[in-house]
Amino acid sequence: MNAVWAFVAGLLFGIGLIVSGMTDPSKIVGFLDVAGAWDPSLAFVMGGAVLVGLVAFRVARRRTVSFLGGAVHIPNARHIDRPLVLGSLAFGVGWGLAGYCPGPAVVALGSGHDQAVVFVAAMIAGMALYEAEDRLFHARRRRRVPRELSDVAGDA
Amino acid sequence: MVKSMIDWPHFTPWSSLAGGILIGVAAAMLILVNGRIAGVAGIVGGLLRPASGDMAWRFAFIIGLLAAPAAYLLVAEPAPPTIEAGYPMLVAAGLLVGAGTRYGSGCTSGHGVCGISRLSPRSLAATLTFMAAGIATVYVVRHVA
Repeated sequence: MNAVWAFVAGLLFGIGLIVSGMTDPSKIVGFLDVAGAWDPSLAFVMGGAVLVGLVAFRVARRRTVSFLGGAVHIPNARHIDRPLVLGSLAFGVGWGLAGYCPGPAVVALGSGHDQAVVFVAAMIAGMALYEAEDRLFHARRRRRVPRELSDVAGDA
Repeated sequence: MVKSMIDWPHFTPWSSLAGGILIGVAAAMLILVNGRIAGVAGIVGGLLRPASGDMAWRFAFIIGLLAAPAAYLLVAEPAPPTIEAGYPMLVAAGLLVGAGTRYGSGCTSGHGVCGISRLSPRSLAATLTFMAAGIATVYVVRHVA
């Protein structure tokens, strides 16, 4: 049941990205190009999504179990640390260079665009680099953090 | 001196707002029904850290994303995308996005949509950081380089 509902959520999420225009990298770059001809569309996408999200997370926070009876995995990390800032900086540079972030890139992969195939392959390689580094240098830290907690923090 | 102005021909307030609401509904479904955050970087990245009982929902969500263009085609023909970046640039960008979103614990969906919806200061900081970095990068690519 979990998988069926996750599929429906993914499908809706992807259709939302297409309808909003966010699967077109030129619209992302157009939003980030505040010094040129600025396309504010992305702000409307985030505004619409957050409007619904505010209500959903208010409800989710009060629940102890999901509708399917499982745990509600809401991240509890609050600290603003180096990995958060440096990681987000690197992400922002890549986002500006290609006009793709992970969601729209995966949807564009579904359309079979060659550029999306190359981008997603490189993106997964980048994620694998993170996993390898994390395993090599932070093995002790990972062992101290309970599986569940570290997983939730990494999911934000 | 560059004068900032709105790109009216490309600005799509209504379809972007509608798409955003759909994204919000999907994120609401995933947290309420499955108890999971709709952060695409976290969902994809989690596949590289296999844990039993944690894989099926991730694969299912990603298959949903991949199926979205086909589902959309049943209703309308999407406008073809414009991609300015060449292949070497796409590889560099992909590596930065992949590693960056994992170190930073989230992307546009995880921090930008779900995190801001939770009013998380951490996600707000991440969102402002990647937006600033994206704006600076596009400025350099389009107006300096």
